[in-house]
Amino acid sequence: MKGASVQHRFSEPRFGFWRRTYAMLVKEFIQLRRDRVSFAMIVMLPVMQLMLFGYAINTTPHHLPAAVLLQEDSDLGRSILKAMENTAYFRFTREVHDVAEFDDLLLSGKVLFGVEIPRGFERAVRRGDRPALLVAADATDPVAASSALSSLGMIVQTALAHDLYTGDPVSAPFEIRAHARYNPAASSRLNIVPGLVGTILTMTMLIFTALSVTREIERGTMESLLSMPITPVEVMLGKIIPYVLVGFLQASIIIGIGVFLFGVPVMGSLLLLALLSTLFIATNLSIGYTFSTLAQNQLQAMQLSMMFFLPSILLSGFMFPFLGMPQWAQIVGECLPLTHYLRIVRAIMLKGSTLANLQHDTIALFGLMLFAMTVAVLRFRRTLD
Amino acid sequence: MTEAAAEIAIDVKGLSKSFDGREVVHDLSMQVKRGSIYGFLGPNGSGKTTTIRMLCGLLTPDSGEGTCLGFDIRRDADKIKRRVGYMTQRFSLYQDLSVRENLEFVARLYGMPNPHQVARDMVQRLGLGGRERQLAGELSGGWKQRLALGACTLPNPQLLLLDEPTAGVDPKARRDFWNEIHALAGEGLTVLVSTHYMDEAERCHEIAYIAYGHLLAHGTVPEVIAQSALATYTVSGNDLRDLAADLAGKPGIDMVAPFGTSLHVSGRDHSALEASIAPWREKPGLHWQSAAPSLEDVFIDLMNRSRDNFR
Repeated sequence: MKGASVQHRFSEPRFGFWRRTYAMLVKEFIQLRRDRVSFAMIVMLPVMQLMLFGYAINTTPHHLPAAVLLQEDSDLGRSILKAMENTAYFRFTREVHDVAEFDDLLLSGKVLFGVEIPRGFERAVRRGDRPALLVAADATDPVAASSALSSLGMIVQTALAHDLYTGDPVSAPFEIRAHARYNPAASSRLNIVPGLVGTILTMTMLIFTALSVTREIERGTMESLLSMPITPVEVMLGKIIPYVLVGFLQASIIIGIGVFLFGVPVMGSLLLLALLSTLFIATNLSIGYTFSTLAQNQLQAMQLSMMFFLPSILLSGFMFPFLGMPQWAQIVGECLPLTHYLRIVRAIMLKGSTLANLQHDTIALFGLMLFAMTVAVLRFRRTLD
Repeated sequence: MTEAAAEIAIDVKGLSKSFDGREVVHDLSMQVKRGSIYGFLGPNGSGKTTTIRMLCGLLTPDSGEGTCLGFDIRRDADKIKRRVGYMTQRFSLYQDLSVRENLEFVARLYGMPNPHQVARDMVQRLGLGGRERQLAGELSGGWKQRLALGACTLPNPQLLLLDEPTAGVDPKARRDFWNEIHALAGEGLTVLVSTHYMDEAERCHEIAYIAYGHLLAHGTVPEVIAQSALATYTVSGNDLRDLAADLAGKPGIDMVAPFGTSLHVSGRDHSALEASIAPWREKPGLHWQSAAPSLEDVFIDLMNRSRDNFR
């Protein structure tokens, strides 16, 4: 440490920005590797959530209890009931003899469905009167009801295949009248698994970065960090980039499970899906990081993340059809990255859309990311004042 | 850089800083020569840490101005940070990074070529060989402090700001630490170090005493003692406890403090002091001796007076 070399030592190093960002990034990676619990969470969280949502919670329910009110005993009636049972959605547990009992069972929740085959049904069909077959559904559990109800259309065909009706093949000889107070918009696995990719990523990515700055402040390391020549942009990028890779790993796990375990197809380009997923991951990390610069401590950062996560779940179109929401809710939804990503991921996986179709949502994600990053850099306190 | 700036590492005037309306540092001015070890003393909460943070750009002064290594402390914080090593009071390296990873992080942040080698060399210099893979959080207090000093000297700074670096460290480690600081100063580094220990103050080239945000005294140790104009007598003998009780509060006696088997009796008004102790001077069993006040006597006296003035 002699004076002669002092001058060149303090000359500005080349690529200083990238060197400092890289320093931060390596540090974050090491810390992440040491934090066994967080590391386990990266893998376990998506698997657990996907299993829960995919199998237990939103799985298409089967063998739902149903009651039948037989007003006549006919071959056609039995064929219809058999066909319904064959869909595996319905399981006839009760046979009732009057309408009051029928209503009672539905009200008490002992059965989820009631099927009524009216008196003179078979004769009316033969006459070509197109009589109505009533299927009443307990709509308090819309998920349960909707997929079962959506299978009813098939029943007509199945039932008729067993009986020798040679009528007009275009118009069905009888009508199934489904009574449900709920709009049975089919929410099948195909729809849910892609949605889960976005939801799980939102949750994990937000939390990872939401704690990053507050953790440095609470552990006292921020004082050291601020006394060194590093800029807010370098700190931010150094903290976000490692988690982009983590997020990418998570997204791969979720999509992998979706494809191999739940049989969800990827109709569109896998590369496009990967690219836009990365964009979505970076957007969420930026928002989490912004929360981290706004919060005073780790608890506040967690609460901010939760406050953001809840509307993301409710207003993004994950739980309820986006276009079915009121105007104001749609406007809020447009400000959430999950809304845009859900459109992207569903469109690419299920419809095979291309980037040209998804321009609007891609730009929106970019905009949200840049906005969050700008707020974060402006909010980042370079002093301890 | 002007000629004066080349000789003076820290030159600040009228620094003030308040938090929530409470003034922590008041109108503080100081100059530190390049290559010197400058001791910063004062009771807890006196504004030492705040002053150090203002010097390295971590806090913005409410008023006042100055330069650090020739750079304006308000405008050139980035340039100052590149040339200053700041060792915080609380251990502030990453506890979940190993010794070497912490050093490599610092080396990379300052854009030093070959961070691996630089870190390895520093591990050797610190005598931490064999512990380089240990997590920083698992080190003992003395090793943590060595590592922290190593981390802040790694990028070859021109100025070290050390905030109570030896708090809670054993005497052997403390001595090694000070030997290291003197070695660094010998290489041309300027060191500003805050401390509570009197023996450490006496190892500094110059000292400053700060209490309640006010800089009360500065200079070399003999200068500070002389400035105090304090006269001190040491008394040894029997029943010193009763004597201490009798003397306390008498006119001219500002301070009575026991030091082992003797008592230090000090006052700034020499004739009043003489008059007050006169009745006990000839008492058998007591041995009176006029002595130079110790640095501690001076500081306790400064602290007592500042409490009267500023509280």
